Amino acid sequence: MDHTIKMNRYGDYGDREAAGGQQEAKANANEWPLWEVFIRSKQGLDHKHVGSLHAADAQMAIENARDVYTRRMEGVSIWVVESKHIHASNPDEAESMYDPASDKVYRHPTFYDLPDEVKHM
Amino acid sequence: MKEYLLHLADDALVMSQRLSEWTGHGPVLEQDIALTNIALDYLGQSRLLYQYAASIIGDGATEDSLAMLRLEHEFKNHLLVELPNALPAGRDWAFTVCKVFFFSAYQHALMQQLQHNADEEVRGIAAKSLKEVTYHLRWSREWILRLGDGTTESHQRMQQALQACWPFTGELFEVPPYEQGWVDYVAIKKTWMSEVQQTLAEATISSPAGGGREGAFQTGGLHGRHTEYLGYLLAEMQYLQRAYPNSEW
Repeated sequence: MDHTIKMNRYGDYGDREAAGGQQEAKANANEWPLWEVFIRSKQGLDHKHVGSLHAADAQMAIENARDVYTRRMEGVSIWVVESKHIHASNPDEAESMYDPASDKVYRHPTFYDLPDEVKHM
Repeated sequence: MKEYLLHLADDALVMSQRLSEWTGHGPVLEQDIALTNIALDYLGQSRLLYQYAASIIGDGATEDSLAMLRLEHEFKNHLLVELPNALPAGRDWAFTVCKVFFFSAYQHALMQQLQHNADEEVRGIAAKSLKEVTYHLRWSREWILRLGDGTTESHQRMQQALQACWPFTGELFEVPPYEQGWVDYVAIKKTWMSEVQQTLAEATISSPAGGGREGAFQTGGLHGRHTEYLGYLLAEMQYLQRAYPNSEW
């Protein structure tokens, strides 16, 4: 029995045979690494994922993100993270991961009255 | 004053037209769009300057007539901006970033002075342009460092690009005869030199300055005497208005 925990990387899914960062990295040896871009808009409080791009390093990734994703005043702050550092949950495990929450309505704070003074709930 | 405004506008327009030749041909999507953004910034700068010049010239002049219906010898841009994206032809990334770097280092120093100009309109245009130019300078500087301090080949190509561009940099500090006493070109040269020398040193590129080539600069653009490249650029850019006068988008 295999006891090792499999580390799932971005891009691992969709092609099971080719899964695993190594092989992909080899095929793209001449390409710049992939980066995920998060942008905070003027009104927004949090950075939201907007897409990905290629860049040689973090600084270039931020500049590229500025040029690709903020041309139409979309943002005032940029985060980038190399895609390989993002670990994703396995879609095959979705049933066991997320379905158990569906019948547990008591986890929502809807069973007591909120004072009028409390906003944004 | 109108001539000086046209000089500034021509620099921006020709720079824009030349850089836009990269659109769709960039080495990677992200840099393709970066350069296209920069070209659009220049186009915006030229429009503001042509509009202001047109309002002074009057007599039916518009930003379009100034951009699309003037002849080669009427253009007052620096020779540097009309050079193709590689010499003698083609597209070379190192040459292009070197050109953008030299020009934006000059423009950065220029706009810093013009943003305090007595003329309100000029002040406004300069303040807006300065923000854009600051990014152009940052972007191009970054590439000079990457290529210069990169692989053996990128270093060599950056060094070649610099040698090719250099003879066209002296003209940037020539005082145009129609200049309005607005700008201190000696100060611009000083700022430009220190920016360029610092960047080149960091990029491990040897500077041609002081290497006996100081006097060998090409000039003439400010007086309407251009390289053979400008005519072709204008022919392409102005074709539509010349072939179909007054046609609109």
